Amino acid sequence: MNLLHFLSGRLVKGILVLFAIAVLNFFLIRAAPGDPAQVLAGEAGAADAQLLEQLRARFGLDQPLTTQLWIYIKGYMTFDLGFSYRQQQPVLTLVLDRLPATLLLTGAAFVISLGLGVIMGALAARRAGRWSDSLITTLSLVFYATPLFWIALMSQIVFSLKFGLVPNVGYETIGANYTGLARALDIGHHLILPAMTLGLFFTALYARMMRASMLEVAGADFVKTARAKGLSPGIVSRRHVARNAILPVVTLAGLQAGQLVGGAVLTETVFAWPGIGRLMFDALVQRDYSVLLGVFFMSSAMVVGFNIITDLVYRIADPRIEATS
Amino acid sequence: MTSAIRRQLALKATLALTTALALAPLTALAQTPKSGGTVHVVVQPEPPMLMQGLNQNGPTNMVAGNIYESLLRYDEKLTPIPSLAKSWEISADSKVYTFKLQEGVTWHDGKPFSADDVVFSLDKFLREVHPRWRPVANGQIEKIEKVDDLTVKITLKQPFGPLLLAMEAAGAPMIPKHIYDGTDYRANPANNTPIGTGPFKLKEWKKGSYIHLVKNESYWQKGKPHLDEVYWQIIPDAAARAVAYETGKIDVLTGGSVDVYDVARLSKLPNTCVTTKGWEMFAPHAWLTPNIARGGPLANKQFRQGMMYAIDREFGKDVVWGGLGKLPTGPISSKTKFYSADVPKYGYDVAKAKELVKASGYKGEPIKLLALPYGEVWSRWAEAIKQNLTDAGINVSIETTDVPGWTQKASNGDFDMTFNYLYQLGDPATGVARNYVSTNIIKGNPFGNQGAYINPEVDKLFADAAIAPTNEARQELYTKVQKIMAEEVPVLWQLEMDFPTIYRCNVKNLVTTAIGVNDGFRDAWKD
Repeated sequence: MNLLHFLSGRLVKGILVLFAIAVLNFFLIRAAPGDPAQVLAGEAGAADAQLLEQLRARFGLDQPLTTQLWIYIKGYMTFDLGFSYRQQQPVLTLVLDRLPATLLLTGAAFVISLGLGVIMGALAARRAGRWSDSLITTLSLVFYATPLFWIALMSQIVFSLKFGLVPNVGYETIGANYTGLARALDIGHHLILPAMTLGLFFTALYARMMRASMLEVAGADFVKTARAKGLSPGIVSRRHVARNAILPVVTLAGLQAGQLVGGAVLTETVFAWPGIGRLMFDALVQRDYSVLLGVFFMSSAMVVGFNIITDLVYRIADPRIEATS
Repeated sequence: MTSAIRRQLALKATLALTTALALAPLTALAQTPKSGGTVHVVVQPEPPMLMQGLNQNGPTNMVAGNIYESLLRYDEKLTPIPSLAKSWEISADSKVYTFKLQEGVTWHDGKPFSADDVVFSLDKFLREVHPRWRPVANGQIEKIEKVDDLTVKITLKQPFGPLLLAMEAAGAPMIPKHIYDGTDYRANPANNTPIGTGPFKLKEWKKGSYIHLVKNESYWQKGKPHLDEVYWQIIPDAAARAVAYETGKIDVLTGGSVDVYDVARLSKLPNTCVTTKGWEMFAPHAWLTPNIARGGPLANKQFRQGMMYAIDREFGKDVVWGGLGKLPTGPISSKTKFYSADVPKYGYDVAKAKELVKASGYKGEPIKLLALPYGEVWSRWAEAIKQNLTDAGINVSIETTDVPGWTQKASNGDFDMTFNYLYQLGDPATGVARNYVSTNIIKGNPFGNQGAYINPEVDKLFADAAIAPTNEARQELYTKVQKIMAEEVPVLWQLEMDFPTIYRCNVKNLVTTAIGVNDGFRDAWKD
């Protein structure tokens, strides 16, 4: 089956899914109590009917719901994500402003967790039953079970407060005005805690999955054959077992990659990382509809996009999939 | 996950209704201020905008109070002191106020500030968009005129004692006429680049990270400000804010920016000063509003009195709020003007509570307590009160929601009983009467008389007190109204709240006025 046909089919489906999600999001948000004007007035500790009227007109909430929906859909069809009157900026500007920080954080966490997880899982599988296996399994169970916010806070107390090794919050040293390499190093320094924290959970998942999957494959007939023809355990493990065991890990990586944009609310909050997760969470508690819809849309587009990429990666990792799809 | 999000939500919201502040040790005044330096302050949540004429959220006021200025400032006794007004005169009949403006004041863009700007701000801009100035302008003021470039005359319809207190930075900020006149105020692109007359200018706002203010070199008050830069850092998590202070990233933790149970620990750190001053203008007052309009037990005075006796308010203050604050005796905070202690008082007395609840004819009707979603401390408070009321035989359950949900329910009177807390704004006529007069039983915002308490005598006393000619006459009326209300319990007053400012002791003169940090960096310096 040809690749082009596969891709175009997936793209059309993806666009339809995105459209449905966009409409659903619109109504879901409206179903929540309160509106942005009321929230804004509520925060100020003083309001009157005239103020609410002015704000609602400014937010476009005085229009009928169908008109608001039409304006929203029409905007999205021309790649216009709308305007946040609360923040007085176009949604696209707000999102793009926050995107680099989020991609850096989630990207770093992705690389750390995938790399570390696969290596840990493979090691544990090779040494199944020995103490090093128990250590890795226990560690991943702990990472998996501990709430993220607790790890985040504890790591701040231990590594920032007690040992003073890394800064506990922020994206860079505020007021230092570093440039070039010094700035990159500074950002990297700030990245350590949040990226490790965010990466731990997925590290545990990858490690557990990789281990289980490798042990399963290790009992297969073709592995016995490989051993029987005299290949060294290392080669059997790398070429025969790991390659076949990696498929479930790819699935999981696809899921994690889909969350690169929207999935780090908690880490960003605790580490004051100026990313999209916080933009979205703030928009949620402020009922800043346009921003919320914009971020939702970007995240769903990422998920749809990465699902397609994951399917492509399957075909590379295991050519048999193409034959049967 | 849930709990971290709730914590964040909580703090955001707490600060959203709150603003932060404090007062500096007088000894600091004796030292000669040093020039230069940078101070890092926490602001949370992130303000929606910094154009103070259009937005008066707590965080907005905290940052923008250094960019914009009003005619007056207030000392901790709420006595007006000069700001953009150099001096002022009040006519013998208390109806004409003449303000003389400071000379040589310029806007941040270099244009001169004059009486035209004052008239534009008070008569046009704020009257159009400001929910607190609007009723003053429309209800009390007959005309606002320019006499000459440096003189403005305000003529009242009748004497209105609170006028001078309505000139606080957030209540009546001066707006540049040359930028806003004739435009659609809310759509003006200049809203993103605020231009005021204040000691600091906006240099950069990195959304989600920080707001950077720099010294206004041509500030009208010679030699000020002393600091070169102020960074307002946005750190959403309260525990992370505490660690940021401990590791030296932050110099000032504004009121309410750390959890109450962290205050005592942080206060003991070296080189750390704490003050609860700088909140006199706001004097946040917390209470439970029973929805009298729903009828039933909550409409019964004896039942409400019974609840007052049933609640261990001392426990709420000492345990839930970590000992911060003071128990109120009635609608007016003891921190502001016109407070009277001559009222019926309610101690914690379960037996008496049971007696009154029984006498009210209560048959166990269920009552839902709508908790305020502003963080764990409020949730715990709701639980403690529920326990107290249950002990007195009242059938209470707790209802929870998020901030917009609470705002909507409280705005529309969709509750049995709810927490609320509001600023007193320096004068009962502006900050207290609004919660109890029957003309303010409104829908749409949670700051009116949401419990729908109606007492014509109270209405009249508040109305008369606002326009009584002398402070003595006003005091007499307010003393009377406090006595009546303490007896009738229109709401169940719980706490005069304290929001301590925690800062490094080498930041001097941080809190010198009744709004504390909100205009604190005009005088502050770093040793």
